[in-house]
Amino acid sequence: MAVANNTDFGQAWEGGDKPFAASYGKLMMWFFLVTDALTFSGFLAAYGFSRFKYELSWPVPDEVFTHFPFFKGEYPLFFVALMTFILIMSSVTMVLAVNYGHKMKKKQVILWLSLTIIGGITFLGSQAWEWGHFIHGDKGAIITEEKEIIHLVNDEKKISSVYKFMGVDSYSKDRFSQMNYEQFVEKFKSQNKYKLKSSKKVVLEHDDAVTLLESKGKDFVLGANLVKNEYGHALFADYFFFITGFHGFHVFSGVVLLIILLINVIANTYEKRGHYEMVEKIGLYWHFVDLVWVFVFTFFYLV
Amino acid sequence: MSSESNNNWWIWKVFWILLVVTAVEVVLGIIKPQYLIETKFLGTILLNHIFIILTIIKAAYIVMIFMHLGDERPALQWTIILPAVILIPYLLFILLTEGGYTHFMRF
Repeated sequence: MAVANNTDFGQAWEGGDKPFAASYGKLMMWFFLVTDALTFSGFLAAYGFSRFKYELSWPVPDEVFTHFPFFKGEYPLFFVALMTFILIMSSVTMVLAVNYGHKMKKKQVILWLSLTIIGGITFLGSQAWEWGHFIHGDKGAIITEEKEIIHLVNDEKKISSVYKFMGVDSYSKDRFSQMNYEQFVEKFKSQNKYKLKSSKKVVLEHDDAVTLLESKGKDFVLGANLVKNEYGHALFADYFFFITGFHGFHVFSGVVLLIILLINVIANTYEKRGHYEMVEKIGLYWHFVDLVWVFVFTFFYLV
Repeated sequence: MSSESNNNWWIWKVFWILLVVTAVEVVLGIIKPQYLIETKFLGTILLNHIFIILTIIKAAYIVMIFMHLGDERPALQWTIILPAVILIPYLLFILLTEGGYTHFMRF
Protein backbone atom coordinates (compact mmCIF):
# COMPACT_ATOMS: atom_id res chain seq x y z
CA MET A 1 0.00 0.00 0.00
CA ALA A 2 2.89 2.31 0.70
CA VAL A 3 3.91 1.99 -2.91
CA ALA A 4 0.44 2.73 -4.14
CA ASN A 5 0.26 6.05 -2.37
CA ASN A 6 3.39 7.30 -4.06
CA THR A 7 2.40 6.65 -7.65
CA ASP A 8 -0.27 7.65 -10.13
CA PHE A 9 -1.01 3.95 -10.44
CA GLY A 10 -2.53 3.91 -6.94
CA GLN A 11 -4.55 7.02 -7.65
CA ALA A 12 -6.04 5.45 -10.75
CA TRP A 13 -7.10 2.28 -8.98
CA GLU A 14 -8.54 3.90 -5.88
CA GLY A 15 -10.96 6.20 -7.62
CA GLY A 16 -8.74 9.23 -7.77
CA ASP A 17 -8.58 9.44 -11.54
CA LYS A 18 -11.47 9.61 -13.90
CA PRO A 19 -11.01 6.97 -16.58
CA PHE A 20 -11.29 8.52 -20.07
CA ALA A 21 -11.52 11.91 -18.29
CA ALA A 22 -15.26 11.34 -17.90
CA SER A 23 -17.04 11.12 -14.55
CA TYR A 24 -18.26 7.81 -13.15
CA GLY A 25 -21.93 8.64 -13.72
CA LYS A 26 -21.43 9.75 -17.31
CA LEU A 27 -19.31 6.71 -18.12
CA MET A 28 -21.90 4.31 -16.69
CA MET A 29 -24.68 6.09 -18.62
CA TRP A 30 -22.68 5.60 -21.83
CA PHE A 31 -22.13 1.90 -21.10
CA PHE A 32 -25.84 1.45 -20.34
CA LEU A 33 -26.69 3.16 -23.62
CA VAL A 34 -24.34 0.85 -25.55
CA THR A 35 -26.10 -2.23 -24.14
CA ASP A 36 -29.51 -0.68 -24.75
CA ALA A 37 -28.52 0.10 -28.34
CA LEU A 38 -27.60 -3.56 -28.80
CA THR A 39 -31.00 -4.60 -27.36
CA PHE A 40 -32.86 -2.40 -29.82
CA SER A 41 -30.72 -3.55 -32.73
CA GLY A 42 -31.56 -7.13 -31.69
CA PHE A 43 -35.28 -6.31 -31.99
CA LEU A 44 -34.89 -4.56 -35.33
CA ALA A 45 -32.69 -7.36 -36.69
CA ALA A 46 -35.35 -9.90 -35.62
CA TYR A 47 -37.92 -7.77 -37.45
CA GLY A 48 -35.68 -7.93 -40.52
CA PHE A 49 -35.41 -11.71 -40.20
CA SER A 50 -39.20 -12.21 -40.11
CA ARG A 51 -39.74 -9.72 -42.89
CA PHE A 52 -37.26 -11.51 -45.16
CA LYS A 53 -38.75 -14.89 -44.20
CA TYR A 54 -42.38 -13.87 -44.88
CA GLU A 55 -41.49 -11.39 -47.61
CA LEU A 56 -44.59 -12.08 -49.73
CA SER A 57 -47.24 -11.73 -47.02
CA TRP A 58 -45.61 -8.79 -45.20
CA PRO A 59 -47.70 -5.58 -45.30
CA VAL A 60 -46.39 -2.47 -47.07
CA PRO A 61 -45.89 0.04 -44.23
CA ASP A 62 -47.11 3.09 -46.12
CA GLU A 63 -50.39 1.31 -46.88
CA VAL A 64 -50.86 0.70 -43.15
CA PHE A 65 -49.97 4.04 -41.56
CA THR A 66 -51.93 6.43 -43.75
CA HIS A 67 -53.98 8.58 -41.40
CA PHE A 68 -53.58 11.99 -39.84
CA PRO A 69 -55.66 13.23 -36.87
CA PHE A 70 -58.64 15.43 -37.86
CA PHE A 71 -58.05 14.90 -41.59
CA LYS A 72 -60.05 12.56 -43.78
CA GLY A 73 -58.31 10.79 -46.63
CA GLU A 74 -54.91 9.16 -46.88
CA TYR A 75 -51.64 10.87 -46.01
CA PRO A 76 -49.00 8.16 -45.79
CA LEU A 77 -45.98 8.92 -43.56
CA PHE A 78 -47.04 12.44 -42.57
CA PHE A 79 -48.06 11.62 -39.01
CA VAL A 80 -44.88 9.62 -38.24
CA ALA A 81 -42.84 12.41 -39.82
CA LEU A 82 -44.54 14.82 -37.42
CA MET A 83 -43.72 12.52 -34.48
CA THR A 84 -40.09 12.43 -35.63
CA PHE A 85 -40.08 16.23 -35.79
CA ILE A 86 -41.51 16.48 -32.24
CA LEU A 87 -38.78 14.19 -30.90
CA ILE A 88 -35.96 16.00 -32.76
CA MET A 89 -37.33 19.29 -31.44
CA SER A 90 -37.33 17.98 -27.86
CA SER A 91 -33.75 16.83 -28.41
CA VAL A 92 -32.82 20.39 -29.39
CA THR A 93 -34.43 21.85 -26.26
CA MET A 94 -32.54 19.23 -24.21
CA VAL A 95 -29.15 20.27 -25.69
CA LEU A 96 -30.03 23.87 -24.87
CA ALA A 97 -30.83 22.87 -21.27
CA VAL A 98 -27.48 21.04 -21.00
CA ASN A 99 -25.71 24.04 -22.51
CA TYR A 100 -27.21 26.51 -20.01
CA GLY A 101 -26.44 24.00 -17.23
CA HIS A 102 -22.73 24.34 -18.10
CA LYS A 103 -23.11 28.10 -17.67
CA MET A 104 -24.96 27.64 -14.34
CA LYS A 105 -28.00 29.55 -15.60
CA LYS A 106 -30.79 28.08 -13.52
CA LYS A 107 -33.71 29.95 -15.07
CA GLN A 108 -32.76 28.98 -18.62
CA VAL A 109 -32.28 25.34 -17.57
CA ILE A 110 -35.81 25.35 -16.09
CA LEU A 111 -37.28 26.87 -19.26
CA TRP A 112 -35.66 24.42 -21.70
CA LEU A 113 -36.20 21.38 -19.48
CA SER A 114 -39.91 22.21 -19.24
CA LEU A 115 -40.13 22.47 -23.03
CA THR A 116 -38.36 19.09 -23.34
CA ILE A 117 -40.92 17.51 -21.00
CA ILE A 118 -43.77 19.00 -23.07
CA GLY A 119 -42.18 17.56 -26.23
CA GLY A 120 -41.88 14.13 -24.61
CA ILE A 121 -45.50 14.12 -23.46
CA THR A 122 -46.69 15.26 -26.92
CA PHE A 123 -44.77 12.39 -28.48
CA LEU A 124 -46.34 9.88 -26.07
CA GLY A 125 -49.79 11.25 -26.88
CA SER A 126 -49.11 10.90 -30.60
CA GLN A 127 -48.00 7.34 -30.08
CA ALA A 128 -51.19 6.58 -28.14
CA TRP A 129 -53.20 7.92 -31.09
CA GLU A 130 -51.14 5.83 -33.51
CA TRP A 131 -51.67 2.68 -31.43
CA GLY A 132 -55.39 3.38 -31.09
CA HIS A 133 -55.75 3.74 -34.82
CA PHE A 134 -53.67 0.65 -35.50
CA ILE A 135 -55.72 -1.47 -33.06
CA HIS A 136 -59.06 -0.17 -34.31
CA GLY A 137 -58.06 -0.87 -37.90
CA ASP A 138 -59.01 0.86 -41.08
CA LYS A 139 -60.44 -1.14 -43.96
CA GLY A 140 -60.72 -4.61 -42.51
CA ALA A 141 -59.86 -7.90 -44.23
CA ILE A 142 -60.87 -11.54 -44.50
CA ILE A 143 -59.00 -14.41 -42.87
CA THR A 144 -58.91 -17.95 -44.24
CA GLU A 145 -58.74 -21.22 -42.35
CA GLU A 146 -55.00 -21.22 -43.03
CA LYS A 147 -54.76 -17.81 -41.31
CA GLU A 148 -53.98 -15.96 -44.53
CA ILE A 149 -55.14 -12.37 -44.78
CA ILE A 150 -57.22 -11.56 -47.88
CA HIS A 151 -58.04 -7.98 -48.87
CA LEU A 152 -61.09 -6.73 -50.75
CA VAL A 153 -60.03 -4.72 -53.83
CA ASN A 154 -62.04 -2.66 -56.31
CA ASP A 155 -61.67 -2.72 -60.09
CA GLU A 156 -58.63 -0.42 -59.86
CA LYS A 157 -56.94 -3.06 -57.69
CA LYS A 158 -56.90 -0.68 -54.71
CA ILE A 159 -57.72 -2.10 -51.28
CA SER A 160 -61.26 -1.09 -50.32
CA SER A 161 -63.04 -1.11 -47.01
CA VAL A 162 -65.13 -4.15 -46.07
CA TYR A 163 -67.17 -1.84 -43.81
CA LYS A 164 -68.14 0.35 -46.77
CA PHE A 165 -68.89 -2.73 -48.84
CA MET A 166 -71.32 -3.91 -46.15
CA GLY A 167 -72.68 -0.43 -45.49
CA VAL A 168 -71.57 -0.48 -41.84
CA ASP A 169 -70.13 2.52 -39.97
CA SER A 170 -66.63 1.42 -38.95
CA TYR A 171 -66.78 3.59 -35.80
CA SER A 172 -70.14 2.38 -34.49
CA LYS A 173 -70.02 0.49 -31.21
CA ASP A 174 -71.81 -2.64 -32.40
CA ARG A 175 -69.84 -2.88 -35.64
CA PHE A 176 -68.72 -6.44 -34.86
CA SER A 177 -72.29 -7.75 -34.61
CA GLN A 178 -73.31 -5.84 -37.74
CA MET A 179 -70.62 -7.48 -39.84
CA ASN A 180 -72.00 -10.85 -40.95
CA TYR A 181 -69.58 -12.98 -42.94
CA GLU A 182 -72.24 -15.12 -44.75
CA GLN A 183 -73.99 -11.94 -45.89
CA PHE A 184 -70.65 -10.65 -47.13
CA VAL A 185 -70.06 -13.74 -49.29
CA GLU A 186 -73.58 -13.50 -50.78
CA LYS A 187 -73.14 -9.80 -51.54
CA PHE A 188 -69.68 -10.36 -53.00
CA LYS A 189 -71.05 -12.96 -55.48
CA SER A 190 -73.44 -10.37 -56.92
CA GLN A 191 -70.89 -7.52 -57.20
CA ASN A 192 -68.73 -8.31 -60.21
CA LYS A 193 -66.46 -5.28 -60.05
CA TYR A 194 -64.96 -6.36 -56.73
CA LYS A 195 -62.00 -8.72 -56.54
CA LEU A 196 -59.75 -10.11 -53.81
CA LYS A 197 -56.06 -9.71 -53.16
CA SER A 198 -54.44 -12.81 -51.66
CA SER A 199 -51.99 -12.73 -48.78
CA LYS A 200 -49.17 -12.96 -51.33
CA LYS A 201 -50.52 -9.78 -52.98
CA VAL A 202 -51.87 -11.52 -56.09
CA VAL A 203 -55.18 -10.10 -57.36
CA LEU A 204 -57.75 -12.88 -57.93
CA GLU A 205 -60.40 -12.39 -60.63
CA HIS A 206 -64.00 -12.35 -59.42
CA ASP A 207 -64.80 -16.03 -60.09
CA ASP A 208 -61.59 -17.30 -58.47
CA ALA A 209 -62.28 -15.01 -55.55
CA VAL A 210 -65.75 -16.50 -55.02
CA THR A 211 -64.26 -20.02 -55.07
CA LEU A 212 -61.67 -18.99 -52.47
CA LEU A 213 -64.28 -17.39 -50.20
CA GLU A 214 -66.49 -20.49 -50.34
CA SER A 215 -63.74 -23.08 -49.90
CA LYS A 216 -61.34 -21.46 -47.43
CA GLY A 217 -62.78 -18.14 -46.22
CA LYS A 218 -63.59 -18.06 -42.53
CA ASP A 219 -64.31 -14.63 -41.08
CA PHE A 220 -63.49 -10.93 -41.05
CA VAL A 221 -60.40 -9.54 -39.36
CA LEU A 222 -61.19 -6.06 -38.08
CA GLY A 223 -58.29 -4.20 -36.50
CA ALA A 224 -55.22 -5.68 -34.89
CA ASN A 225 -54.17 -7.61 -31.80
CA LEU A 226 -51.30 -9.93 -30.95
CA VAL A 227 -52.98 -12.97 -32.56
CA LYS A 228 -54.14 -11.56 -35.89
CA ASN A 229 -54.35 -8.28 -37.74
CA GLU A 230 -56.00 -6.99 -40.89
CA TYR A 231 -52.77 -5.67 -42.42
CA GLY A 232 -51.00 -8.94 -43.20
CA HIS A 233 -48.79 -11.46 -41.44
CA ALA A 234 -49.60 -11.79 -37.71
CA LEU A 235 -45.96 -11.13 -36.74
CA PHE A 236 -46.18 -7.63 -38.23
CA ALA A 237 -48.50 -6.40 -35.47
CA ASP A 238 -46.50 -8.27 -32.82
CA TYR A 239 -43.32 -6.47 -33.83
CA PHE A 240 -45.20 -3.18 -34.09
CA PHE A 241 -46.51 -3.43 -30.53
CA PHE A 242 -43.23 -4.75 -29.17
CA ILE A 243 -40.75 -2.37 -30.78
CA THR A 244 -42.74 0.88 -30.69
CA GLY A 245 -44.01 -0.13 -27.24
CA PHE A 246 -40.49 -0.69 -25.90
CA HIS A 247 -39.40 2.62 -27.38
CA GLY A 248 -42.49 4.36 -25.97
CA PHE A 249 -41.65 2.92 -22.55
CA HIS A 250 -38.17 4.46 -22.89
CA VAL A 251 -39.76 7.83 -23.71
CA PHE A 252 -42.05 7.47 -20.70
CA SER A 253 -39.09 6.66 -18.41
CA GLY A 254 -37.27 9.64 -19.89
CA VAL A 255 -40.18 11.96 -19.11
CA VAL A 256 -40.28 10.69 -15.51
CA LEU A 257 -36.50 11.26 -15.16
CA LEU A 258 -36.83 14.74 -16.65
CA ILE A 259 -39.63 15.66 -14.22
CA ILE A 260 -37.51 14.53 -11.24
CA LEU A 261 -34.59 16.49 -12.71
CA LEU A 262 -36.73 19.62 -13.09
CA ILE A 263 -37.90 19.39 -9.47
CA ASN A 264 -34.26 19.10 -8.35
CA VAL A 265 -33.22 22.06 -10.48
CA ILE A 266 -36.03 24.19 -9.01
CA ALA A 267 -35.05 23.00 -5.49
CA ASN A 268 -31.48 24.32 -6.08
CA THR A 269 -29.92 20.84 -5.71
CA TYR A 270 -27.38 21.44 -8.47
CA GLU A 271 -26.67 25.05 -7.44
CA LYS A 272 -25.55 23.65 -4.06
CA ARG A 273 -23.60 20.84 -5.72
CA GLY A 274 -21.78 23.38 -7.85
CA HIS A 275 -22.45 21.73 -11.22
CA TYR A 276 -25.33 20.62 -13.45
CA GLU A 277 -23.82 17.31 -14.57
CA MET A 278 -27.07 15.45 -13.83
CA VAL A 279 -28.73 17.46 -16.63
CA GLU A 280 -25.99 16.21 -18.95
CA LYS A 281 -26.41 12.55 -17.91
CA ILE A 282 -30.19 12.51 -18.33
CA GLY A 283 -29.68 14.51 -21.53
CA LEU A 284 -27.56 11.61 -22.85
CA TYR A 285 -30.45 9.23 -22.18
CA TRP A 286 -32.95 11.57 -23.82
CA HIS A 287 -30.85 11.91 -26.99
CA PHE A 288 -30.51 8.14 -27.09
CA VAL A 289 -34.30 7.80 -27.13
CA ASP A 290 -34.36 10.17 -30.12
CA LEU A 291 -31.58 8.15 -31.76
CA VAL A 292 -33.57 4.91 -31.42
CA TRP A 293 -36.64 6.58 -32.93
CA VAL A 294 -34.57 7.63 -35.96
CA PHE A 295 -33.88 3.95 -36.60
CA VAL A 296 -37.42 2.77 -35.80
CA PHE A 297 -38.76 5.41 -38.20
CA THR A 298 -36.54 4.14 -41.00
CA PHE A 299 -36.96 0.41 -40.51
CA PHE A 300 -40.62 0.33 -39.52
CA TYR A 301 -42.16 3.08 -41.60
CA LEU A 302 -39.86 3.83 -44.55
CA VAL A 303 -38.12 0.66 -45.70
CA MET B 1 -28.79 38.00 -25.30
CA SER B 2 -27.39 38.19 -28.83
CA SER B 3 -24.01 36.83 -27.73
CA GLU B 4 -25.81 33.94 -25.96
CA SER B 5 -27.76 32.94 -29.04
CA ASN B 6 -24.53 33.16 -31.04
CA ASN B 7 -23.08 30.50 -28.76
CA ASN B 8 -25.92 28.16 -29.64
CA TRP B 9 -25.66 28.36 -33.41
CA TRP B 10 -24.19 24.84 -33.67
CA ILE B 11 -27.29 23.38 -32.00
CA TRP B 12 -29.60 24.99 -34.55
CA LYS B 13 -27.30 23.98 -37.40
CA VAL B 14 -27.65 20.31 -36.39
CA PHE B 15 -31.41 20.82 -35.95
CA TRP B 16 -31.75 22.05 -39.55
CA ILE B 17 -29.61 19.20 -40.86
CA LEU B 18 -31.78 16.62 -39.05
CA LEU B 19 -34.96 18.31 -40.25
CA VAL B 20 -33.85 18.51 -43.90
CA VAL B 21 -32.64 14.89 -43.94
CA THR B 22 -35.97 13.71 -42.45
CA ALA B 23 -37.90 15.78 -44.99
CA VAL B 24 -35.87 14.22 -47.84
CA GLU B 25 -36.64 10.74 -46.46
CA VAL B 26 -40.38 11.46 -46.26
CA VAL B 27 -40.50 12.95 -49.78
CA LEU B 28 -38.58 9.97 -51.20
CA GLY B 29 -40.89 7.61 -49.28
CA ILE B 30 -43.98 9.23 -50.79
CA ILE B 31 -42.94 9.73 -54.42
CA LYS B 32 -40.83 6.52 -54.62
CA PRO B 33 -38.82 7.30 -57.78
CA GLN B 34 -39.23 4.49 -60.29
CA TYR B 35 -35.49 4.06 -60.93
CA LEU B 36 -34.65 3.68 -57.22
CA ILE B 37 -37.34 1.03 -56.75
CA GLU B 38 -36.48 -1.04 -59.80
CA THR B 39 -32.72 -1.17 -59.21
CA LYS B 40 -31.72 -3.86 -56.75
CA PHE B 41 -28.41 -3.94 -54.94
CA LEU B 42 -27.27 -6.36 -52.19
CA GLY B 43 -30.69 -7.97 -51.80
CA THR B 44 -32.79 -4.84 -51.52
CA ILE B 45 -33.89 -1.87 -53.62
CA LEU B 46 -31.65 1.18 -54.05
CA LEU B 47 -34.18 3.40 -52.24
CA ASN B 48 -33.71 1.39 -49.03
CA HIS B 49 -29.93 1.87 -49.24
CA ILE B 50 -30.50 5.62 -49.50
CA PHE B 51 -32.78 5.51 -46.43
CA ILE B 52 -30.16 3.59 -44.45
CA ILE B 53 -27.35 6.00 -45.41
CA LEU B 54 -29.48 9.03 -44.49
CA THR B 55 -30.40 7.38 -41.17
CA ILE B 56 -26.76 6.76 -40.32
CA ILE B 57 -25.96 10.41 -41.13
CA LYS B 58 -28.71 11.52 -38.72
CA ALA B 59 -27.51 9.07 -36.05
CA ALA B 60 -23.93 10.36 -36.40
CA TYR B 61 -25.02 13.97 -35.88
CA ILE B 62 -27.09 13.06 -32.81
CA VAL B 63 -24.32 10.99 -31.21
CA MET B 64 -21.31 13.16 -32.08
CA ILE B 65 -22.84 16.63 -31.58
CA PHE B 66 -25.95 16.38 -29.37
CA MET B 67 -24.48 13.72 -27.10
CA HIS B 68 -21.04 15.42 -27.25
CA LEU B 69 -19.27 12.16 -28.03
CA GLY B 70 -17.08 14.13 -30.44
CA ASP B 71 -15.70 16.06 -27.45
CA GLU B 72 -14.73 12.95 -25.47
CA ARG B 73 -11.31 11.29 -25.57
CA PRO B 74 -10.72 9.08 -28.64
CA ALA B 75 -10.35 6.00 -26.38
CA LEU B 76 -13.87 6.54 -25.00
CA GLN B 77 -15.24 7.26 -28.47
CA TRP B 78 -13.93 3.93 -29.74
CA THR B 79 -15.12 2.07 -26.63
CA ILE B 80 -18.66 3.18 -27.40
CA ILE B 81 -18.66 3.04 -31.19
CA LEU B 82 -16.72 -0.19 -31.86
CA PRO B 83 -19.08 -2.70 -30.15
CA ALA B 84 -22.00 -1.23 -32.09
CA VAL B 85 -20.34 -1.08 -35.51
CA ILE B 86 -18.93 -4.61 -35.17
CA LEU B 87 -21.82 -6.48 -33.51
CA ILE B 88 -24.83 -4.89 -35.22
CA PRO B 89 -23.78 -5.45 -38.87
CA TYR B 90 -22.66 -8.96 -37.86
CA LEU B 91 -26.06 -9.78 -36.35
CA LEU B 92 -27.85 -8.21 -39.32
CA PHE B 93 -25.76 -10.22 -41.76
CA ILE B 94 -26.59 -13.51 -39.98
CA LEU B 95 -30.31 -12.87 -39.46
CA LEU B 96 -31.05 -11.36 -42.86
CA THR B 97 -29.16 -14.11 -44.70
CA GLU B 98 -30.98 -16.74 -42.65
CA GLY B 99 -34.34 -15.01 -43.16
CA GLY B 100 -33.81 -14.90 -46.92
CA TYR B 101 -32.77 -18.54 -46.94
CA THR B 102 -35.78 -19.79 -44.95
CA HIS B 103 -38.02 -17.83 -47.32
CA PHE B 104 -36.28 -19.51 -50.25
CA MET B 105 -36.75 -22.97 -48.70
CA ARG B 106 -40.45 -22.50 -47.88
CA PHE B 107 -41.63 -21.23 -51.26
